[in-house]
Amino acid sequence: MDTVQEIKTPGKEHPATPAKEVREVSGSVAVLEALLAEGVETIFGYPGGAIMPIYDALYDYREKLNHILVRHEQGAIHAAQGFARVSRNVGVVFATSGPGATNLVTGLADAMIDSTPLVCVTGQVFAHLLGTDAFQETDVINITTPITKWNYQVTDASEIPSVLAKAFYIARSGRPGPVVIDITKNAQIQKFSYAGYQKCDHIRSYRPKPIVRKKYVEEAAKLINEAERPFVIFGQGVILGNAEVEFRKFIEKAGIPSAWTIMGMSAIPTDHPLGVGMLGMHGNYGPNVLTNECDVLIAVGMRFDDRVTGRLDKYAKQAKVIHLDIDPSEIDKNVKATVPVWGDCKETLPMLTALVEQKLYPQWIQRFRDFQQKEEDQVIHEELNPSTDILTMGEVIKELNALTNGDAIVVTDVGQHQMVACRYAKFNQSKSNVTSGGLGTMGYALPAAIGAAFGDPSRPTVAIIGDGGFQMTLQELGTIMQFKPHVKIIILNNQFLGMVRQWQQLFHEKRYSFVDITSPDFVQVAKGFGIPGKSISKREDLKPTLAAMLNEPGSFLLEVMVGKENNVFPMVPQGRGVAEIVLCREDV
Amino acid sequence: MLKQEYTITVYTENQIGLLNRIAIIFSRRKINIESLNTSPSEVDSVHRFTIVINETEEVVRKLCRQIEKQVEVLKAYYNTLDEIVWQELALYKVPTDIIAEEVKVERLLREYGAKAIVIRKDYTVFEVTGHREETDNLIKVLEPYGLIEFVRSARVAIIKDSDGFHEKLKEFEYREPGEDASENEYLNENEKVFSM
Ligand SMILES: Cc1ncc(C[n+]2csc(CCOP(=O)(O)OP(=O)(O)O)c2C)c(N)n1
Repeated sequence: MDTVQEIKTPGKEHPATPAKEVREVSGSVAVLEALLAEGVETIFGYPGGAIMPIYDALYDYREKLNHILVRHEQGAIHAAQGFARVSRNVGVVFATSGPGATNLVTGLADAMIDSTPLVCVTGQVFAHLLGTDAFQETDVINITTPITKWNYQVTDASEIPSVLAKAFYIARSGRPGPVVIDITKNAQIQKFSYAGYQKCDHIRSYRPKPIVRKKYVEEAAKLINEAERPFVIFGQGVILGNAEVEFRKFIEKAGIPSAWTIMGMSAIPTDHPLGVGMLGMHGNYGPNVLTNECDVLIAVGMRFDDRVTGRLDKYAKQAKVIHLDIDPSEIDKNVKATVPVWGDCKETLPMLTALVEQKLYPQWIQRFRDFQQKEEDQVIHEELNPSTDILTMGEVIKELNALTNGDAIVVTDVGQHQMVACRYAKFNQSKSNVTSGGLGTMGYALPAAIGAAFGDPSRPTVAIIGDGGFQMTLQELGTIMQFKPHVKIIILNNQFLGMVRQWQQLFHEKRYSFVDITSPDFVQVAKGFGIPGKSISKREDLKPTLAAMLNEPGSFLLEVMVGKENNVFPMVPQGRGVAEIVLCREDV
Repeated sequence: MLKQEYTITVYTENQIGLLNRIAIIFSRRKINIESLNTSPSEVDSVHRFTIVINETEEVVRKLCRQIEKQVEVLKAYYNTLDEIVWQELALYKVPTDIIAEEVKVERLLREYGAKAIVIRKDYTVFEVTGHREETDNLIKVLEPYGLIEFVRSARVAIIKDSDGFHEKLKEFEYREPGEDASENEYLNENEKVFSM
């Protein structure tokens, strides 16, 4: 390939730019103008040598752009993710070259696998120093290629407007994802004739949405209409596609029981009469078992992750599968579709709704209810109403539900508390459940909650974090201290790396290898950052302290000491089929 | 499903870094690339990759979807050997004195379709263009006479059934593309040419 750096001008139907005044601006100013033109208000970032010209320009834009100075670039990117997840806007990150950029890697991988729209601008050394092992030079483009939807290195300022326009378009359209734009320092400084910003809405080599094939929609409707035991499973595609209403209309007309993946959670209210719970390794009993009894499985905006399917050769083998997805590469990737419905579900769902018959499946839905009852009796009741004095994670979530009425944004970290929170949290509104689903990134919750609080300040943001995960990114308490987002932090402290301990207990003969983790006095730590807090371990303190926390005008840290060796059940042990889900330790 | 040789043809924009984006789709899945060629295509400004791998059709189809998912990729096709016209080019450097004395050079040129492209006192370079067996055969012949250097190019291939990319590209230029630009019309139908 030859080495011409060139950004293709989009399609020919582009309206000619209205003759604007051409002025000389620096590349840095062009970056900030691009953000304003894209409607960006909030940036999460951290400065450094190679991005100083942009920060210098930002000084004059500080009234228009709200820059949140985080304490670590990983915090910046997770905050941008939380921001994007609750607001549907693109999250924006600034970081410097070298270590600044490499600190973004975990968040990029997370955003890539969870389809979160981000534009990350990284500084880079001067173009003439590229490849010389210059100070703080890293090959950011090549490091981030597998974990970005698109990335591009800018070495000439005049490219900046069109490249950023492309970046925002790519990040938010189709199946969203993270984009990295690496800008060499000379391009940030360089002045060029700026003719204004033009948004991008077409790239000839990029098809964000596959064309909908009527034929497949009709075939899908036929299968659904002939089904006796249809089952809908849905993922984040419903939320990303802004198709919550369309989705509800579909399942309500067709009368089909529907279960969510962890990423699809909150797309419909958790108490929706057709909602039958969560899928997956620690999901609900009924949806897992009955996946292998339905006759037509309708997957909407989900990608059959292995945590959802368990063993693939024992997954829904009896069922005809209808798969609605915007990303053609997801069709047949893990589970073979009988009828693939490629397209944006906001378009395909109404088409399907029009063709399906109004139906009810009382007996079939009763099967879910029966399993629900069994799970209630064997797992849920004890988790939510423990017979011992020791607090459980579940009852914390139960009390929280009662106080927030399901209107809070719940941000979870990774581990047992995540599974318990997602199992028991109640949601009334979409975009309420923020968690690292695909990557399982410990340390995600605190910064993501900060971002979520900025992304939707109208709702309370509650972060639920393990004692382990909190210690991975607790430096972001400094960001809370300085910028005052309102984040209610609940640390569910079981004094273990609980999820790993659970596996060691169940699958490694209780050989507890380095899962015993000591913690600082979290309340004191928070106090050091000017954040009020409290630690509790008694049941009688739970309700009043949660209420006090939610009434607190600003942020608050609540540590709840919970049972040390409680396990999360049900569980589909790794390597087993979904129908082999177990309800208790004895059955593992 | 049986593994066999597939030739993947990818039409792309000409963008730095795209080679890496495409290559890691294979390396991430521990799939060995037998040969990879990048070149211009019949359309000005559109690049053409020709990639050869040994895999099952199911895997190849998934790989093509992953390739097409890349922002700067226009289209990816995969084909079996009988669906393409293909060539590889090989160069052989041999000591001139031995070759001149011991090998019937004329026979060599005729039988193997070889061309002598450089003849010097110390060495001679032959060229063969053809299929793998043909270029392999000449190695066997020349090895006893002291093959100094051997190199073979990546495969280039023409798709028998293809009408080229001129018309397709027009569709890509439109905002409301024809169906072919967006997805595989042959999905779930075992057509010869797979396109997504
Ligand atoms: C960055 C990272 N490192 C390691 C892991 C593996 N891991 C998954 S859950 C878990 C334990 C989490 O412990 P804690 O934060 O205390 O939460 P708990 O499970 O006890 O609720 C670990 C170590 C991970 N998911 N992410």
